[in-house]
Amino acid sequence: MKISGKLLLGNEAVAQGAYEAGVSVVSSYPGTPSTEVTENVAKYSAEEIYCEWAPNEKVAAEVAIGASVAGSRAMCCMKHVGLNVAADPLFTAAYTGVNGGLVFLVADDPGMFSSQNEQDTRFYGLSSHVPVLEPSDSQECLDYTKLAFDISEAFDTPVIVRLTTRIAHQRSLVNIGERVNHAKKYEKNISKYVMMPAMAKGRHVFVEKRMAALEAAACGEGEFAGLVPNRIEMKDKKLGIVTSGVCYQYVREVFPEASVLKLGLVHPLPEKVIREFAEQVEELLVVEELEPFIETYIKKLGIKVEGKKYFTNLGELGTAAIRKAYYGIAPDGEKAGEEVNVPARPPVFCAGCPHRAVFYVLSNLKVRVCGDIGCYSLGALDPYHALDSVVCMGASVSMAHGMQKAMEINGDLTQDKVVAVIGDSTFMHSGITSLVDVAYNKGVSTVIILDNSITGMTGHQQNPCMGYTIRNEKTVAVDLIKLCDAMGITRVKVVDPFDMKKFRATVLEETQADEPSVIIAQRPCALLKTVNYGAPVKIDEGKCVKCGSCMRLGCPAIIKSADGKYQIDASQCAGCELCVSMCPKGAISK
Amino acid sequence: MNFDNINILIVGVGGQGTLLASKFLGMAAMLAGKDVKVSEVHGMSQRGGSVVTCVKIGDSVASPVIDEAQADVMLSFELAEAVRWLPYLKKGGALITSTQQINPMTVVLGRTTYPDNALKALEGSGASVKALDALKAAEECGSAKAVNIVLCGVLASMVEGVDQALWMDALKAVVPSKFYEINEKAFKKGLEG
Repeated sequence: MKISGKLLLGNEAVAQGAYEAGVSVVSSYPGTPSTEVTENVAKYSAEEIYCEWAPNEKVAAEVAIGASVAGSRAMCCMKHVGLNVAADPLFTAAYTGVNGGLVFLVADDPGMFSSQNEQDTRFYGLSSHVPVLEPSDSQECLDYTKLAFDISEAFDTPVIVRLTTRIAHQRSLVNIGERVNHAKKYEKNISKYVMMPAMAKGRHVFVEKRMAALEAAACGEGEFAGLVPNRIEMKDKKLGIVTSGVCYQYVREVFPEASVLKLGLVHPLPEKVIREFAEQVEELLVVEELEPFIETYIKKLGIKVEGKKYFTNLGELGTAAIRKAYYGIAPDGEKAGEEVNVPARPPVFCAGCPHRAVFYVLSNLKVRVCGDIGCYSLGALDPYHALDSVVCMGASVSMAHGMQKAMEINGDLTQDKVVAVIGDSTFMHSGITSLVDVAYNKGVSTVIILDNSITGMTGHQQNPCMGYTIRNEKTVAVDLIKLCDAMGITRVKVVDPFDMKKFRATVLEETQADEPSVIIAQRPCALLKTVNYGAPVKIDEGKCVKCGSCMRLGCPAIIKSADGKYQIDASQCAGCELCVSMCPKGAISK
Repeated sequence: MNFDNINILIVGVGGQGTLLASKFLGMAAMLAGKDVKVSEVHGMSQRGGSVVTCVKIGDSVASPVIDEAQADVMLSFELAEAVRWLPYLKKGGALITSTQQINPMTVVLGRTTYPDNALKALEGSGASVKALDALKAAEECGSAKAVNIVLCGVLASMVEGVDQALWMDALKAVVPSKFYEINEKAFKKGLEG
């Protein structure tokens, strides 16, 4: 098979699809595995597409809704947990419908490569009455994104395009096309866009009709039937499989002879098509990751079908997992070697990371710390063990406040104060309202804002604290000190965490104060191009007394060799010199 | 081996440049007129964790992921990672590994030890092993970051039916022009051994 085109990441292909569909406004918050969609959208001309990083997904969704009402095709992109934040606008945008096509690009993370849970976005489509498309490779990422805008306008609805990590982060061949503009005129229409009870009641009736019309289209009826990308691959009729997304690819490898109903639109599901397919095959199977979404629907129709009887709802599936679960046999072929016990290699703070100093100090002080979402979640791991909780974006500040209040009311005097740690981008995302709660409700928590001048974990995106937009244009930067002051928090200190002595003293002082306080721990991410610490450090063997103090920092560049010597791995060392202050004998220097 | 049907597993430590290697191999496959799928790891593991990337090349590729005993070749940037992922390589498959060792944090902290004689264990396995100090080779070419391209050069020396000009076109397409010269040297170093 000869294919000509481009080798695109699923996320790049979504960006290309949106471009070709004539999208003109895109607003997103970064989150693995969705981030590269918006990064790639930003590469198209600013004259054709306005593009931004919003402070959070709710804002992003509302910007996109506003643009749609104004007549532009618009998109907002987020990871699965981001849709929880954007759920409020989604559920009512489902009622208003659209003017310009409106797409929510949502990337789920089965297997939790970089997430705190495994929620299944298809249920958001079901409960908000919004259609959900699910592509199976990069070409479909492009095609379905274009279809999503067409479906959005044809059926007057927002559309969710759902990816999973294996689709977002796979590269496959794509044929690209030209951009077509679709801008519409704005017309004031309060019965459609002002959702007060009287108008919303009317729109709810419309929503029900719309979803019925969409299901009819999915069953091949009506003028828009061609927009629904479901297909049947009829082969051997002994086994028929209903599947979608990356699971379709696994199914084609494991069951090459089986008949397949490949669903591109996973909500609403096509009852008539499923019934006809089920009647033609002897055994009906659903292969889907996470929850039994399709299976439950088919069972409700009274059709005999199996799915989760074989396939787990934990983590991701794959060809080996599917083969083993269904046939009960291990993968074909012999391995080059058996599995052996190799030391685990969890992610770590990079050499030169400013967070290392923060968590070394917090670990030493043995304070209770509520953590948040970002690189600094790693502060929970060896050797720091410095976090007591990580739940969701912004939760560190509000959870610390809740813990503090519970301790006060329970008479728990084991700790002075609970500390919250939160990154600058996460603080902008949803930490601000939590901090308002602390100040307003007479809390006393100490909040450490880890200001590393970038959104780190997702691979360096701009945020409102930085003074630069997604296209690196200069803009205003949020002044964290003034912001805290405006909330009524007067104790705000700015400290460089690499000055560990001062940082430690500041944390001690603030956790003993009888009022809320904020410590801004300021030092840029070591991976930024602007950060250059110079040459790696060295350990003077003559001076080293092998006390192991330097090792307590948990730096990947400091190694203890088999013969008990402490050394610096020059290929890893960032030259940050944090370890220099750890050595009691002054053995570490440049 | 050739591009008619080949599964390549790339393993290493987050930050070592495995993603560029997969992009390069994927680009070469595309230029050779083949179907190709690449599965990458982004996000948290890129912070010094164990990372694995799959490149599947053939006339028609379905799943982007390589499962146990499905890889024809494993390109390894680090010895312990080669040991960890060895069950994903077919018996008799080719293992191209750099001899670089990076201690996992569990080893740095003395909780456990780095696998003893990792290279010997690999050589005694069912893999056909080609080991080299790719870090040193890359440094000799002008950048420690070119380890990925050195290893791809070694792989290229084993692939039949793909001429050198095509590899160079693929390389040009994936590396920034100002680093092309270093990477070209690195590729040739791997290719010529």
